[in-house]
Amino acid sequence: MIAKILPKHALQNWIETLREHYRIIGPKLAQSQFIFGDIHSADELDLSYPTTILPPKKVLLPQREDLFHFDATGDTHIVEPTFDDEPTVILGIHACDMHSITLLDRVFERGTADQHYQTRRENTTLVSLECIKSCSEYSFCKSMGTLSIPEDFDLHITDLGDEYLLEIGSNKGVSLLWNFNEVREATDADFERLNKVMSEKWSHFTYRVDFDITELPALLSLSYDSKVWEELGDRCLACGACNIVCPTCYCFDVRDEVDFSLCSGGRFRVWDSCQLDRFAVVAGGHDFRDARAARQRHRFFRKGKYLTEKYGVVGCVGCGRCAQACLVHISPVDIFNELHRRRVPSAATQEEILA
Amino acid sequence: MNTGRQMTLEAPSIYQPIMLSILEITSMTEMEKVFTIELPFPTSLEHRPGQFVQVSVLGVGEAPISISSSPSRSKSSFELCVRRAGALTNALHALNPGDVVGVRGPFGRGFPIERFRGKDILFAPGGLGLAPLRSVINEVLDDRSNYGRIIILYGAGQPVEMLFQDELQEWAMREDVELHLTVDKPDKKWKGNVGVITTLFSDIQVSPRNTVAITCGPPVMYRFVLMELLGMGLPEGNIWLSLERRMKCGVGKCGHCQMDHMYVCQDGPAFSYAEIRHLEEAL
Repeated sequence: MIAKILPKHALQNWIETLREHYRIIGPKLAQSQFIFGDIHSADELDLSYPTTILPPKKVLLPQREDLFHFDATGDTHIVEPTFDDEPTVILGIHACDMHSITLLDRVFERGTADQHYQTRRENTTLVSLECIKSCSEYSFCKSMGTLSIPEDFDLHITDLGDEYLLEIGSNKGVSLLWNFNEVREATDADFERLNKVMSEKWSHFTYRVDFDITELPALLSLSYDSKVWEELGDRCLACGACNIVCPTCYCFDVRDEVDFSLCSGGRFRVWDSCQLDRFAVVAGGHDFRDARAARQRHRFFRKGKYLTEKYGVVGCVGCGRCAQACLVHISPVDIFNELHRRRVPSAATQEEILA
Repeated sequence: MNTGRQMTLEAPSIYQPIMLSILEITSMTEMEKVFTIELPFPTSLEHRPGQFVQVSVLGVGEAPISISSSPSRSKSSFELCVRRAGALTNALHALNPGDVVGVRGPFGRGFPIERFRGKDILFAPGGLGLAPLRSVINEVLDDRSNYGRIIILYGAGQPVEMLFQDELQEWAMREDVELHLTVDKPDKKWKGNVGVITTLFSDIQVSPRNTVAITCGPPVMYRFVLMELLGMGLPEGNIWLSLERRMKCGVGKCGHCQMDHMYVCQDGPAFSYAEIRHLEEAL
């Protein structure tokens, strides 16, 4: 393993150096909560952040993204696609969010590749951060198997106390340390410190899901007609907050806008939500998912089954943002456990069955 | 197969429409017009019957529209039958020949017509459902000797709402096509059957295992048509449908057309009933 040691007091200089070549995005305080935002100096960056309101999805798949501009002023209509290739570094990504990026990469690569996502992704360098304590009372990454970072990082930071250990995962990661001489090679003693941090961290996280999460797709299959969905439908306000804050929700709407000339303008995509009324409406007015219960079921099936089966990675990374954002406290942990409880008869009911 | 340049694969962005001229616009009914779109050489559509394109009016938006012309007749142009139903389709209806529209596609899986060769084919379109099925009907008629009986059961609300009336007459004249029409509300001149499309099924006898049925219509129609077809003894795999959804991307990303785990824009819009019967969100 190639690793470097960055003293914490050198962070400011490192960020200054990076800013010459990259837009830097990282966790920073915005009023009372943390966000991924532009980092101009090391003072703004807080690598001990709990969790952010929105995941780094907002950088890779912006809430609003231009697809093309058009000009229909003359005889020929000009359509010019737009791509964002600004070199960007996202600093301090938690493991759960790294797993969500693995999923997004597969979604926008497989089948028909999405050049808008891919252009931005190719020009983005991911600097992940080792999670050494639980970041939120809502998170359940340990249960989802997303507490260890996937291999897609370019650079991975572990906080060793007074220094950071930087593991290099790719050439993009190497580039971040190019011509920066305030790092030194990691020694055996540093790796010993790393091992200590790694072995101690697990006890700071708890398992919150009552069963082995690899059983989730099968559990959902058995629970398609469960009453749980009706109960959820009765509670859900259909506000869509869960989708918006979810790092693995990527559904979008496509819209046009024109400028004052009415001849030129653009087409853009915006985040959409399967929980909103009219998400599955067709021209004749028929709504293929008009019940909130059906929409909630669709959401949980996407997270726990469809995405996993299609892309081979977990569709819910256990960040807990949706549970925190939900006004009526709908939490994936509660739903998964409730589905499991209803499928697996308790000892008492088993006795009843046998009696 | 046309060896020309397929449109969408060439574009730097999968969301970028190719701008094409409208060659001709024919009013079918008060609500529907047929747009003939020019394909300047070497552009080609290379679609399969049952596929759709995403049609744009710049500044208004984009919507999925099924291709109405058959591949056998879509060399230098293709046809879209469009009902005025929303912002995009209203904007389309306001256009004139010579105006340009944006086109992406073709997308989706069409009908596997090679597998239907040698079989009797029963078409059961309802209303606007004739638009996508006309593509299959003409493809099959242009290769007539490779198929058995061709039966078309077409139902519309009123006689004036019947689409492609010239072609309906042509089909009625052909001895190798069995055409049966029905309307819910007849006018004074109507001499044919009155009633919903299912009332036509009692007029025909089929050999169930050698018949492929292809149906397309409003969501409410499927349940009743399926009951008739299954009742006639057609295997579920011999019954084909074209499903409608409001695709925003056409390439399996945007999520709008998802039904259970399937994406209508990728896995369909043509499905056999055997493929979707267990999906609660399909019909």
